[in-house]
Order: sequence, then C-alpha cells, then structure tokens
Amino acid sequence: MNGDALQEIRPTERTPEPFQQTLLRHGLNLERGKTTILQVNVGLLCNQTCHHCHLNAGSGRTENMDSETADAVIAYAGRSCFDAIDITGGAPELNLNTFKLMEGLSPLTQKIMFRSNLTALDDGKRDDLMDLLREKRVHIVASLPSINEAQADAQRGEGIFRRSIAVLRRLNDMGYGQVESGLVLDLVCNPAGAFLPAPQEQLSKRFREVLMKKWGIVFNNLFAFANVPLGRFRNWLEGTGNLESYLERLVSNFNACAIEKLMCRTQVSVSWDGYLYDCDFNIAKGLHMGKEKIHVSEMEGPPPSGSPIAVGDHCYTCTAGTGFT
Amino acid sequence: METYYKPEDLPKFPEMGQQAPGLSEKFFDYYNAVFAEGALTEREKSLIALAVAHAVQCPYCIDAFTRGCLEKGSNLEEMTEAVHVVTAIRGGASLVHGVQMRNIAEKLSM
Repeated sequence: MNGDALQEIRPTERTPEPFQQTLLRHGLNLERGKTTILQVNVGLLCNQTCHHCHLNAGSGRTENMDSETADAVIAYAGRSCFDAIDITGGAPELNLNTFKLMEGLSPLTQKIMFRSNLTALDDGKRDDLMDLLREKRVHIVASLPSINEAQADAQRGEGIFRRSIAVLRRLNDMGYGQVESGLVLDLVCNPAGAFLPAPQEQLSKRFREVLMKKWGIVFNNLFAFANVPLGRFRNWLEGTGNLESYLERLVSNFNACAIEKLMCRTQVSVSWDGYLYDCDFNIAKGLHMGKEKIHVSEMEGPPPSGSPIAVGDHCYTCTAGTGFT
Repeated sequence: METYYKPEDLPKFPEMGQQAPGLSEKFFDYYNAVFAEGALTEREKSLIALAVAHAVQCPYCIDAFTRGCLEKGSNLEEMTEAVHVVTAIRGGASLVHGVQMRNIAEKLSM
C-alpha cells in the first residue's frame, strides 16, 4: 500500500452539523420565552488575559461602555421591569461607569449580579466599589476554575489563584457567602483545558469541602460551565490541535432537553456599545439579537416572547450535557 | 500497519457487540453501573480506573480516563499521585517476590 492509498483511508477533517440543522433534526425551535434578565457587558478591558476568554478581553482593550450608553441602559431597564440585571465584562471593576450603572439600576430590579474575576475587585483601589456592592446587596458571581493552584493559574495567569483565594476570604469577612447575611457569593467554574466540566453537583460538593478545609472559605452556589470555542479560547484550541476534538465533544454531548432552559430564552445582553444580543457569546461572535442590529435606546421593553434567537455552532457549548443556563 | 493502537479506534469499542450483542449488553450495563456514583464518587472511581489503566498498560484506557478524570474535576497532581500508587503496588509486587528468591537461594546454598 503506497502513501497515497494511506492518505485515502485516513479520516478527513469533519465539520460539525450546523447547530440550526441539529435543532431541526430534533424538531426543536429555539425562540424566546419571557425575557426577565438583562445582562450588561460594560466592555472588554480586563486586568487578566485568561486562556479561556471568549471575548479576548485584556488590558489593551479600549472597547468600553461610555457614560451616555450607561444612561441608555438605565433608561431601558426603567421601562422594562427585569427581575435581575447581570453586570459583566471584561472586568467591570475597571469601568468607572459601573458605579453609575449600579446606582441607577439597583432601584429598578430585585437583583443585581456582578461578575468578577476577583483580582480586579481587590487591587488596592476598589474599596469604594466593595462598599457599594455590599450596600446595594449586589450578588457577586466570581470566577474560580479550580481548587488546584496549577490548574487555575494555567487558565488565568501566574499567581491568580492565590490572589483569588485572598479576595474570597475578604468577601467572606464582609459577610458574602455567609448564609445568615443574605449577601450572595456564587462561584463559576470553567474547565482549565479542552474538556467538559465535571457534573455541577459533584464539583460543588468538592469545592465546598476543599475551600473550607484548606482556606475556611464559604460560598452559596457553584455553577460549572463549558468553555465556549470563541475568542482566545478558540485560538488556544487551534494552536494546541484540540479544536476538532473539542467541537466533536460538544456536538456528541448535544442534549435536546437542555434547550428549554437555555439562558438566551430569558435573557437579553447589551454590549459595551449599546447594541443588543441574545447572549454574551453572540457578542463575541458579532451575532446581533434575532440577527437585527438594534440599539438599547430603540427598545420599548424586553424582546417579546416568540422572538427568534440568533444561533451559531458555538451554541453547542450551551447544549452539551446538562446545558448552560 | 503503522501501529496497533490508533486513537480513532477507541470510539469503535461498542462494535465489539456486533457478533455477541447479549454479552456486550451485559458487559456495558455492568461497566456503566460500576462507574456510577456510589459509596465512591465518580471522580474517585475515575482515578482508580486511570491508575489501573497504567498497570494494565492500555493506551485506550489511559486516553479515556485521563479525559475522564479531568472531566470529573481531578487535576494533574491527583492523577500523577494515582499513577504513583499503582506503580508502587506493581513495583512492590515484584520486590516482595524477592522473598521467594531468597527462600529458594537459601535452601540451595551452603
């Protein structure tokens, strides 16, 4: 058998079935339910350059929400009655308009969530922000990929794990994560590599045991999410030869039952420039809400039930296993 | 044949059921039950499987359970220790047979 013949029988690179086609094959139609959550991405500036970031956020990024757009977001929330508002980035700590957003949004909703990478929250310049979070009883959602230092640092940068642990302890001291305080501290765990997350319940139990035993840290809930093959994470997958097998892993774990609870059915995301998307991953992909470019100032209220949701192959991430809700 | 072990063969494992579906079904039912959460967690069972995979030197099992351990929340430090555990047992099993060697040698020697 010569070399050419060998070439013929080698498997060729496979591209996954388009996500929309998979939905059709399962008789599924992905559309909005009642939109109850507003997610606000204040920009791509970040003090970390994590390998798994779908937005390529980092210290050199200049795409950040300005004061005028923050006003437009507050006005939109005022005419929309969202149950919860979720502030994210980048590192939202680094955008000065985050203060304005929290002050303006907190009277307009029952719950404000604030996504933090932890290190940006406690860099010696954010005591006023920490006070504001506590005063407004903002629900903190903090990233902690692993209870193993090497694994966490491999994803987020050298020394990040120890700094994150120090900030978690400080948050606990402030009452965050303590059951009786009502100050909620949730953790988000993304795998440190080209593999799927552990089952959420099992991971939560283990994090709770180890964080308490080693560092006396408590938290409320842990959410385990798969990494989305976009942005810096996609580049990493490509560079390490893991892209094809990772995509296959996501596709082969497609769970039709996860569709009903997908976050894009109940959430609308506004990007740093004020345009609307069905989720934060679609911001990274440049897929506008329902494939229409609409500015937050043009919206009269939440997008209506039954509105279409823009999808792409990255959506397989949210339907893998138990899903991304 | 380039190699006896090819990564793309691993997903073909269920094909072993084609000529003996009844036996295969029994095996995979048992296999899945063994790895389900029980008195030991799924994570702990995957670590044991990874260690044994090294003892039996099965590349398919090493591939599957390395990923499996990571996806159950284990880290490289824990996985490396698990491999050392099985290495210690394997090495110890060889070494302890030295007692037999000594017994025989003593019997034969003046």
